[in-house]
Amino acid sequence: MAKIPAAVIGVGQTHYRAKREDVSMAGLCREAMDRALEDAGLGLDEVDAIVVGKAPDLFEGVMMPELYLAEALGAAGKPLLRVHTAGSVGGSTAIVAASLVQAGVHRKVLTVSFEKQSESNAMWALSVPVPFVMPVHAGAGGYFAPHVRSYIRRSGAPTHIGAMVAAKDRTNALRNPYAHLREEKTVEQVLSSTMLWDPIRYDETCPSSDGACALVIASDDVAQGSADPAWIHGTVMRSEPTTAAERDQVNPQAGRDAAAALWKQAGITDPAAEIDAAEIYVPFSWFEPMWLENLGFADEGEGWRLTEAGETGIDGRIPVNCSGGVLSSNPIGASGMIRFGEAALQVRGAAGDHQVDGVRRALGHAYGGGSQFFSMWVLGVDRPAN
Amino acid sequence: MRDVAVVGFAQRQMQDYDGSPQCAELLVPVFAECYEQTGWTKKDVGFWCSGSSDYLAGRAFSFVSAIDSIGVLPPVNESHVEMDAAWALYEAWLKIQTGEVDTAVVFGFGKSSAGVLRRTLALQLDPYTMTPLWPDTVSLAALQARLGIDRGLWDEAAMAEVANRSLTDAEKNEYAVRAGGSSVADLLARPVFADPLRKHDCAPVTDGAAALVLAAGDRAREVRERPAWITGIATFADGLHLGTRDLTRSVSAARSAAAVGGLDGVEVAELHAPFSHQELVLRSELGLADDVRVNPSGGPLTGNPMFTGGAIRIGEAARRVWDGTADRVAAHATSGPALQQNLVCVMEGREKGQS
Amino acid sequence: MSRTLQAPVTVAFDYTRSVGPVLGRFFTGLQERRIVGARLSDGRVVAPPPEFDPVTHAPTTDFVDLGDTGTVTSWTWVSEPVAGQPFDRPFAFALVTPEGATEPMLHALDVASPEEVATGLRVRARWAEEPKGGITDLVCWEPAASGPDAPRSGAADRAVGGTEDAGVTGIVTPVSLDYTYAASPEESSFFRALAEGRIIGQRCPACGKVYVPPRPACPVDGVPTEEEVELSDTGTVTTFCVVNVPFLGQRITPPYVSAYVLLDGADIAIQHLILDIPAEEVRMGLRVRAVWKPRAEWGTTIENISHFAPTGEPDADYETYQHHL
Repeated sequence: MAKIPAAVIGVGQTHYRAKREDVSMAGLCREAMDRALEDAGLGLDEVDAIVVGKAPDLFEGVMMPELYLAEALGAAGKPLLRVHTAGSVGGSTAIVAASLVQAGVHRKVLTVSFEKQSESNAMWALSVPVPFVMPVHAGAGGYFAPHVRSYIRRSGAPTHIGAMVAAKDRTNALRNPYAHLREEKTVEQVLSSTMLWDPIRYDETCPSSDGACALVIASDDVAQGSADPAWIHGTVMRSEPTTAAERDQVNPQAGRDAAAALWKQAGITDPAAEIDAAEIYVPFSWFEPMWLENLGFADEGEGWRLTEAGETGIDGRIPVNCSGGVLSSNPIGASGMIRFGEAALQVRGAAGDHQVDGVRRALGHAYGGGSQFFSMWVLGVDRPAN
Repeated sequence: MRDVAVVGFAQRQMQDYDGSPQCAELLVPVFAECYEQTGWTKKDVGFWCSGSSDYLAGRAFSFVSAIDSIGVLPPVNESHVEMDAAWALYEAWLKIQTGEVDTAVVFGFGKSSAGVLRRTLALQLDPYTMTPLWPDTVSLAALQARLGIDRGLWDEAAMAEVANRSLTDAEKNEYAVRAGGSSVADLLARPVFADPLRKHDCAPVTDGAAALVLAAGDRAREVRERPAWITGIATFADGLHLGTRDLTRSVSAARSAAAVGGLDGVEVAELHAPFSHQELVLRSELGLADDVRVNPSGGPLTGNPMFTGGAIRIGEAARRVWDGTADRVAAHATSGPALQQNLVCVMEGREKGQS
Repeated sequence: MSRTLQAPVTVAFDYTRSVGPVLGRFFTGLQERRIVGARLSDGRVVAPPPEFDPVTHAPTTDFVDLGDTGTVTSWTWVSEPVAGQPFDRPFAFALVTPEGATEPMLHALDVASPEEVATGLRVRARWAEEPKGGITDLVCWEPAASGPDAPRSGAADRAVGGTEDAGVTGIVTPVSLDYTYAASPEESSFFRALAEGRIIGQRCPACGKVYVPPRPACPVDGVPTEEEVELSDTGTVTTFCVVNVPFLGQRITPPYVSAYVLLDGADIAIQHLILDIPAEEVRMGLRVRAVWKPRAEWGTTIENISHFAPTGEPDADYETYQHHL
């Protein structure tokens, strides 16, 4: 039995800001949802089911907030699911929503992911001390910085590569009206910014944002009536442990396995040639070259060469994060869905000033935990042949 | 739709679990039992999906180390819902329906005793207008119970009858944390805890874990002679706010039952009613006939590990199909205050198309 | 002895909530001793006002000032209050339909005993002396017949200052939860050994790798680690970062070096501090030894080891730790 073809027919985003003090959590979600529905030409009552994603409940101090949100989100009287797979959740949530359609259970599913990080403090929430254990943890940056150091050692990449990524993504964000940080950045500026978690500098880290992203995913018959559906060519999720003896924390097997499965599903043999735009989850600049290798766009140890050669720029061979990426906007629970949604915008030719010319196929990618949870999809202009 | 069946089920329930809130050490033997029942190894499992809560464990990403109990190198196809594992089963069922995989293991876990459960659950309410008052779950259920009593929909004796039957049935359930029936009169003579609820009207605080095995078509037939074929599964939610819904009803439960084509002909029903009066609400909303055997396991009033309690209902109902006690069974799971969100799963011993 | 080590953990944060226009109106009303409800598209009048209409899904716009008296439609007696509830003595939670509303709202009702409350009881609002902006500006309900005839309805008695600028736009909600954390049995044996100055690992019976701390489930094989292995307190820094960022709840003053130390004899690194060397001189491959705190300060914690310090040996070859990155 094969999946029923499904497509993204609506994308909605909020403006991402450090603090969205003008809205409640419900207001934030509805801002994204209403835009996605308008994009899809649907009303909330026409939607069959709602799938909500967000990262740890400690961020907002609400246990399973989708329950109290149900009425405001129009989910009262509908199926409602809540996904949580750490930082990859925005992507996983879109995949669960897609599976409701691909399984033939529903025809129109709305999915929304959000984070209102200004309600608390992510560093606090991620570093609540565990008894008996050494309290050296220092948020996500403290977690990933040693692995970035390992990457630099293993690949022999020059130290300015991270700064190049940051300057590119921040500058790309100038073309994205929803982005949180919209500022021209030069490599020199990034290199001269404060070292936070050595080897990660201030300008190489993602911001803490409030925001939501929503997608409308529709079945074959509905999507065929849409002007510009972004067809789902493949979805994948893979997980591995946070720590294990001799686990590769730089180039995790779960990411490699996921990518291999994804390219196979989508009928792609050479991703660097066949993917026209990629939205990759890069919360710290060095993860661009790391994930380029993990995804198979470059051989191991060679990803940084693509970055250095400008191949990941908006006019490059593999444009990466033309939206400005996670480095420019990071409402954690939504960040993965923003990647998935931006991939849809690229395929639909609807990415505005950050549109890449002639996109036929695009990648949306998210990861979470200790580089251990991966979710990805490939979208395309053409209806999948099944 | 593909034919998908529940073919494995293992559980642990206890009052005070002497282990970590991530429950990895509790899950290891649970998975081992599933492998024993199916003859599988982890290579046979196409998809894993779990349900748990960070706030139950008291830390962000509490589910992350639980997957160690699977043994996740090589990596696995895996997902997690911040819901009862009954909804993890729903996600796994979807995954099988897409054709991507043929088999799945679903699990849930939670150490409710790590905090003060009825207080922790106040964080499930409206964070602006309710949580600052810290309304505990027992109080909310009591408000619901009184509304029904005042309207003449049920009375304290009917509630005690539910509790007495549950406690009596639990004597035969090795996992029940509360057991021992007496009489309705005896139960009514006990002190009131949250007027009109007595302690036996409320599910005990329970720690635990459970896993369920799903398989499609021949993979299911290979495991059991009588797989519990899922002939209908549906879930719906209501709004949470107490002012805009009728607490004496559970519209989403009724809608779920309707979506699976009704529960006519069901012989056994395992209902996830953490409070005695909620079983009465559910019987009516689900349209259960009077002769349906409800909660032969003893049900949630005798053991209700959070984030697992709903999945355990599905496992307990499936067992009645496996052992031939019943041909058609229903399981129900709930989430949120006062039966806000519900899931109904109907299973049958006969495959569709068989007579 | 319990098979696990346990310790209290408090998860506490004062959440800052922006409330948006609809709830802002409700909270502004409470501050002025008014209960603001909403008329919904289906005719129902509800407080607190839903942010979006449950039927049309449009933002709520039709607000109604309700009375500050009401009728109990359901109640329960909280015989054992939990922390944070409106009273720390027994009280009632009640659903009360305010005058002018068609549906009830949840709040506390202050009566001395359950005998004093019944469905249908007429109640009135008790307002906070000093409103703070939030649901607790309405302290609770009380029987309408009792209490002093203090100012009851702010709407009538005081000038309404509910301009957009003066309104409530945010509230602070302290959330503090107490938990008992327990380490797994395997980790507990590790922490107990530390109290004796020993570092123990356990070997996975399937893959043979030595885990430190021992694991309730080998992450590769899904079985508990078993055979105990006494480990050296020397090891190699595999990788590290220098933490320069201060943050809420931090227990070590930055800057500090957070490193992965692969203890000799172990197959997985532990995270710890590196001191007694300038941070800029710490490097991958650095050989280090545990510096223990004075024995009198030992407990069942990894913090018995104050930090790791260089041994002075030559750096380890990259090949010896490259598979631990």
